[in-house]
Amino acid sequence: MQRTSSTDAPVLRLDRITKTFPGVKALDQVQLGLYPGQVTALIGENGAGKSTLVKILTGIYQPDGGAIYVGDDPVSFPTAQDAAAHGITAIHQETVLFDDLTVAENIFLGHAPKTKWGLIDTKAQTRRAKDILQSIGAEIDPGAYLRDLGIASKHLVAISRALSIDAQVVIMDEPTAALSHKEIHELYDLVEQLKAQGKAILFISHKFDEIFRIADRYIVFRDGQFVADGKIADINESALVKMMVGRSVDQVFPKRESLLGTEVLQVVGYDHPTEFEGINFRLHRGEILGFYGLVGAGRSEFMQSLFGITKPSKGVTKVDGKITVIRSPAAAVEAGIVYVPEDRGLQGAIRPMPIFQNVSLASLRRTSKNGFIRLAEEFALAREYTQRLDLRAASLDTPVGNLSGGNQQKVVIAKWLATQPKVIILDEPTKGIDIGSKAAVHEFMAELAAQGLAVIMVSSEIPEVLGMSDRVIVMREGRIAAEVSGDDMTPETLVRHAAGIAEA
Amino acid sequence: MHILKSREMILTGAIVVLMGLVATRFPGFIAPHNLVAVFNDTSPLILLAIGQMIVILTKCIDLSVAANLALTGMVCAMINVAAPGVPVPIIIAIAVGLGAILGAFNGILVWKLDIPPIVVTLGTMTIFRGVIFLISDGKWVNSHEMSPAFKAFPRADFLSLPMLSWIAILMTVIFFVLMTRTTLGRSFYAVGGNPHAAVYTGIDVGKSQFWAFTLSGALAGLVGYLWVSRYAVAYVDIALGFELDVVAACVIGGIAISGGIGSIGGAVLGALFLGVIKNALPVVNISPFWQMAISGSAIIIAIAVNTRAGRTKGRIILKNAEAAQ
Repeated sequence: MQRTSSTDAPVLRLDRITKTFPGVKALDQVQLGLYPGQVTALIGENGAGKSTLVKILTGIYQPDGGAIYVGDDPVSFPTAQDAAAHGITAIHQETVLFDDLTVAENIFLGHAPKTKWGLIDTKAQTRRAKDILQSIGAEIDPGAYLRDLGIASKHLVAISRALSIDAQVVIMDEPTAALSHKEIHELYDLVEQLKAQGKAILFISHKFDEIFRIADRYIVFRDGQFVADGKIADINESALVKMMVGRSVDQVFPKRESLLGTEVLQVVGYDHPTEFEGINFRLHRGEILGFYGLVGAGRSEFMQSLFGITKPSKGVTKVDGKITVIRSPAAAVEAGIVYVPEDRGLQGAIRPMPIFQNVSLASLRRTSKNGFIRLAEEFALAREYTQRLDLRAASLDTPVGNLSGGNQQKVVIAKWLATQPKVIILDEPTKGIDIGSKAAVHEFMAELAAQGLAVIMVSSEIPEVLGMSDRVIVMREGRIAAEVSGDDMTPETLVRHAAGIAEA
Repeated sequence: MHILKSREMILTGAIVVLMGLVATRFPGFIAPHNLVAVFNDTSPLILLAIGQMIVILTKCIDLSVAANLALTGMVCAMINVAAPGVPVPIIIAIAVGLGAILGAFNGILVWKLDIPPIVVTLGTMTIFRGVIFLISDGKWVNSHEMSPAFKAFPRADFLSLPMLSWIAILMTVIFFVLMTRTTLGRSFYAVGGNPHAAVYTGIDVGKSQFWAFTLSGALAGLVGYLWVSRYAVAYVDIALGFELDVVAACVIGGIAISGGIGSIGGAVLGALFLGVIKNALPVVNISPFWQMAISGSAIIIAIAVNTRAGRTKGRIILKNAEAAQ
């Protein structure tokens, strides 16, 4: 690839940046250099520290150690405004813009041109917005409201905003995750334009084809540490995959003997008009089935439909060999399928409610008669399951909102176990929790399987998927890309199928 | 639970202090017969606050209760005029039924069409008032047109309490059981406390909200008959603006506007607090303009106290704090 404007002096440089969160070292002495007129792809699994890095670069997090240089000058970004003032801007996966403002207002929010009276000069604002939009070839009316634009156009507005503050460094965090094929190509063209204007671009992506299509350089992180960097021209896909996953396995997973029981669940031909297609699999008692894929591969969407929240256009569910119609979450719980959603803060516990009521909430059918709750039975149920999970609380009357995060999680799990399920779906069960709690969740999952429950684990963390699952289904773009088990369960296979890379 | 209990205690204390203050100026205020009169006078507010509390618990609001009450009351009065022989229990059944249907109409719009509750009930509030005008031609139904039995029921004494008060007490008990001991009551708390979590436990959020509106409507309908028969008059504008008192009673009673927190005891005490203020201020010769300002201040102070109570608690993370709880 031709690089006419490249120089060897980075416009932005990170040196030995460290960021620690309670219980986790998110970044450990990482380095990074961004060069004008070049696209640097940041590659790493989930948990490698990419998001933390973006947040440090945009002034949202402060590093605990290390230094940031713009040119040769050491700088710090106490606030997001400081990062913007140094010409750094980020375009996020879900663009952070304002739906109810116009395109021009979005572009100039916070630095709008003013009249001599101190009011916003809307004419100048519209004119300048138009110029910028034109300069990137975007045919968007500056007066249009953002809510009326598609995701691709919103990205263009975000990029225009970046140009309006004269950004030297543009961070793109999985910008293509929600775009159509055509829109992706338009984005590539735009990246080329930004390069031509001498901007330094940090491009975060899980998709290898696009990395090789537009990046000039790569940098690989793993578990918060810098692994390698270099020129894309000097490397191939398999080498990158190896760097990304090749690991010092310091996580220990509980030893399990997989004793597969009878088939408990069979899913046949699940289709959804826009989210997934052709989902077929079987699940056995005592089995942990991992669902791996990139973010947006349709795993959670499928699980929600299996649980009756969204409805598939086609598909049959068999529980214990019997065709079971699941049209609502209530029907799913009745059929013995429960779903522990990803964000337990938002979707799990009912915070103002006392512990015992939270635990019994999904089992009220059993603890009530003719619609009247039998308190003694409700308390007995709550006591049984909170004790099983070793929940520490003085009284079952305590509102769940008063408990610590870990204990809230136990309440949620107790709630699901109390329904005596046959199949439990855990969506990203360890996302965002510290290593100690992770181990406890893994232990617990193994215990559930040992008791004969069938577990479906949706996870984007390869070590977890490999360490816990008996079998792994890899999804990509709404379809099952592969089903792997036994010796085929290697990090390379999973990443290959998830990213759609052909066998080397 | 503990916070709620203490909040109810604070409110009870406030009511007692308030009555004590009034008694220093006007000892007759706390005479038993006057307390009965105050309670009886506040009964409609108590009944409506119970219904409103359930609606607010599910993150909704029902601004149409007063209009519902007026429409149902007018229908009851007109039935009485047209057919004076219809016994009172049948009239009450019609009132509750019609009120429930009007409430269910709100509920359907919120549930099936996903329209924000404030918009729905603002609309139905106006529609209900309009319907009263249409069916009555804007005319009043006066005392002399109503049958004696129709007018006598709410005033009838039973164990030295009027029936109106007895109905408020009965409904408080029934709804206390409903809210604390039934799966339906539990679902209201769940839906308001965390709608997402409620969905995953198999609770239909929209359906629960529908039932909340229906119950609120049924209570409004019941009050419709009681109101019209007690004051022995029905016209388009009865109880105009009363929905605001009802919401205020709930807020004073510690029902969180954001949903999920509240109790029947709170709603009843909130209504009583407002009722005592409204009855006491004229007694101690405070001008009507000051009365409004004082009622308004009570609402703001109540909210300030509620928010502070929620803020200062903090979470239990320390092990010894957990044990001490």
